[in-house]
Amino acid sequence: MEPFALYIHWPFCLSKCPYCDFNSHVRERLDQSRFAAALRQELAWEAARLGRRPLGSIFFGGGTPSLMEPQTVADLLADAARLFDPVADIEITLEANPTSVEAGRLAAFRQAGVNRVSLGIQSLHGDALKMLGRQHSAAQAVAALEIARKLFPRVSFDLIYARPGQTEAAWRAELRQALALASDHLSLYQLTIEPGTAFEALHRRGEIVLPDSDAGAALYDATAEEAANFGLLPYEVSNYAAPGRESRHNLTYWRYGEYAGIGPGAHGRVQVDGTLRATRRHRAPEPWAERVERDGHGSTDEERVAPPERAREMLLMGLRLTEGIDEARFLARTGIAMDDAIDPRVLDQAIDADYMVRRNGRLCATPEGRKRLDSLLAALVA
Amino acid sequence: MTDTPSDHIRNFSIIAHIDHGKSTLADRLIQSTGALTSREMTEQVLDNMELEKERGITIKAQTVRLTYVAKNGETYILNLMDTPGHVDFAYEVSRSLAACEGSLLVVDASQGVEAQTLANVYQAIDAHHEIVPVLNKIDLPAAEVDRVKQQIEDVIGLDTSDALMISAKTGIGIDTVLEALVHRLPAPQGDAHAPLKALLVDSWYDQYLGVVILVRIKDGRMKRGQRIRMMSNNAVHHIEQIGVFSPRMVPVDDLGPGEIGYITAAIKTVADCNIGDTITDERNPTAEALAGFKPSIPVVWCGLFPIDADDFEKLRDSLGKLRLNDASFHYEPESSAALGFGYRCGFLGLLHLEIIQERLSREFDLDLIATAPSVVYRVHRTNGAMEELHNPADMPDPSVIDHIEEPWIKATIMVPDEYLGSVLTLCNERRGQQADLTYVGNRAMAVYRLPLNEVVFDFYDRLKSVSRGYASFDYAMDGYEEGDLVRISILVNAEPVDALSFIAHRSQADTRGRSICSKLKDLIPRQLFKIPIQAAIGGKVIARETISAMSKDVTAKCYGGDISRKRKLLDKQKEGKKRMRQFGKVEIPQSAFLAALKMDA
Repeated sequence: MEPFALYIHWPFCLSKCPYCDFNSHVRERLDQSRFAAALRQELAWEAARLGRRPLGSIFFGGGTPSLMEPQTVADLLADAARLFDPVADIEITLEANPTSVEAGRLAAFRQAGVNRVSLGIQSLHGDALKMLGRQHSAAQAVAALEIARKLFPRVSFDLIYARPGQTEAAWRAELRQALALASDHLSLYQLTIEPGTAFEALHRRGEIVLPDSDAGAALYDATAEEAANFGLLPYEVSNYAAPGRESRHNLTYWRYGEYAGIGPGAHGRVQVDGTLRATRRHRAPEPWAERVERDGHGSTDEERVAPPERAREMLLMGLRLTEGIDEARFLARTGIAMDDAIDPRVLDQAIDADYMVRRNGRLCATPEGRKRLDSLLAALVA
Repeated sequence: MTDTPSDHIRNFSIIAHIDHGKSTLADRLIQSTGALTSREMTEQVLDNMELEKERGITIKAQTVRLTYVAKNGETYILNLMDTPGHVDFAYEVSRSLAACEGSLLVVDASQGVEAQTLANVYQAIDAHHEIVPVLNKIDLPAAEVDRVKQQIEDVIGLDTSDALMISAKTGIGIDTVLEALVHRLPAPQGDAHAPLKALLVDSWYDQYLGVVILVRIKDGRMKRGQRIRMMSNNAVHHIEQIGVFSPRMVPVDDLGPGEIGYITAAIKTVADCNIGDTITDERNPTAEALAGFKPSIPVVWCGLFPIDADDFEKLRDSLGKLRLNDASFHYEPESSAALGFGYRCGFLGLLHLEIIQERLSREFDLDLIATAPSVVYRVHRTNGAMEELHNPADMPDPSVIDHIEEPWIKATIMVPDEYLGSVLTLCNERRGQQADLTYVGNRAMAVYRLPLNEVVFDFYDRLKSVSRGYASFDYAMDGYEEGDLVRISILVNAEPVDALSFIAHRSQADTRGRSICSKLKDLIPRQLFKIPIQAAIGGKVIARETISAMSKDVTAKCYGGDISRKRKLLDKQKEGKKRMRQFGKVEIPQSAFLAALKMDA
């Protein structure tokens, strides 16, 4: 049995960033112990129905999970180890913000069992951090990164580029600076205006102007070029790693493996009683906790994922990866052969246009194809 | 008020170019004869459609009956007939003029005679009108009374020694106009005892009254309760209401020879009321109808499609309602692979087309796409059959076509001589043949024969731009002639887009093909793959452009929590794709159609 991945969501932040559309909430006062208990209770409930199975990775995401008490992390990890069969080299990642407070707790997280951190640095420029609504300075980010690199065997951090007014030269310089500080993994995201965010309103009013798609493409190409100079290769649309140092947890998503999601708004794709289910938890933190306290879990509607839907999900995730999709695995996971899942005429055109390659039992989007993946997928799915 | 003997009636119209002061003069006459108090006067009483007011044009004929006590102490009835002023409505103008015995020719004393004035004044001369020249705006510093008088004599051939000098705006000379109407215009002739013979001048649909018909009595009397017959279609109606416009509708018992008034007769649609028709008494009909009746024939056609396919029903209803009030406009269902369901609509001319389109959007709140206007071609097949073609999409295969004829016009263009060169160049580019070129002062009058399809293709805009707005233009249809015409198809991603195909002279095909391809290239957003855009005559490509592929379109973040949302989006796109099948692989946004179809070079 393939090991599964466990995602644990901590929905709270110190402040809401204007670009973020994640399930995150700001609370003046927070009963941490209540949410810690609810998370543990929901984990136990999920484990009871999943049964013992190999566990390959755990990921604490948010929100800002570095605001959790380290003890909560330790308790949840101990529960997981008891309820499942962790693989020997299990990857345990925690997302952290590089404020001084959170940097001070990194040692405790390491002690709790976390072996990989992903820091939300976002930029190394003070004015950009201000624009992005971040609570830390560039100096704090660098300091937190240094601490993390001493404490953890694996460290990644996020940057946001293609910001308003950012030139290619300025981004290359910032990225080179970041690469010099990086260990073996980076997530480099182009700024996207998401619905319902503060940036969306500004964008609508024309107060935020993003680079157009030509400029965006140039920045994307520049990003891959700079990262490659430091030995980090794009293994996914926005993720760069030294070979073998990819995020195993995230690879599970993109390879359409199984993952369980615990905590408010968490999603999962798990096999229960022989059927693949899309699981989803109640988004709002307090009602979620109430449900867990009452029913043992905060699940809302759970859907069976039918073969055609599985095929589309696996296509949209798998083509994000440089390695593409293993067609035998595709058939096994979705019940549909690749040739029945995609429009053959579009595939031919995409291969002609050098957007896709199909060889050695794999279907892959090329770098040019990945750059246009949303449109490519819309055309490709049968 | 209907006992007025015909020698105390004067029926007249006002001929003027846009902005030369026709409506202001009409308002002033209404006001000074006391038909309306100044409080009741709204600006330009006669143009009552919102659109007419805005554009300063008259679409429907209107009339107002003025009671004037002349200086000789006698009381006269002055019927002012306001006629549509535009060439598109030339036939309607001729019928309105046929209802009058005389005209005031109003010319702006600073601008001089314009092309449109010329066409209308010739029509008035054809209608045997007594014409009184009136120079308006004489109070303006730029007025050049002597020059303009000379111009009227030279160009139109009217004696201007008795021309009236007025300012409709300030009221100068209005009394001289009223006196001239009484003393210089002939009284209408007619036999009150002869069988009824009345001219159907115009008709329109009134929400409350149904169809209202504007009539001019020639012989006999028209009374309430009378059974009347339309001589063109033999339809019989029963007069419910009869009256005059003062300018409000005032019912009367009957109308006698020389009178102008209205009737209602429970008629549902104006399509039953042909302009120019003769109305007579059903039981005691006149022997002979009035001369000059012509059914209206559209000369320009285009497709109208709702931007939102769900609006098709609304479009159908709206066209039906418009036709209630405008029988000169025709429509029939049309379907296009690219634009869906719509209507092929026929118009009297380009202004008429614009007016209908604008009314559809304004009064009925419809967003429409109009395909490029096309004229009516006569396609002669090799088997000898001839068919009229008003949609390029219906053009038969070239192998079965012997030859094609296209409509020509005779255009009159008046322009200050500094712009004459560019105007002549434009006419020559449009395959024009010069028929006449004369100068009056520093203004030139060029008479050209032009193919109508060259005029529907952005000619007005170009004329305006090369003359900085100073050229005036008018035309009359001038028969059909054989032409070397070809259909140009536009292919997007190798698939023909029916709504963009058009017919042009072979000599223009390359230029137009290139122009539309390059335009589409800028208008169609980039897609996943690069897309060729071609213009072709039959199988031969005459122009080609390529839209390069989009450079970047990918979601930056996509993790385990995003799958459901992203997949649902894909599901939706897939559904959309099913519906879009007919468009092929390329989405052509409506805005691209709109702009491409505007065709301004």
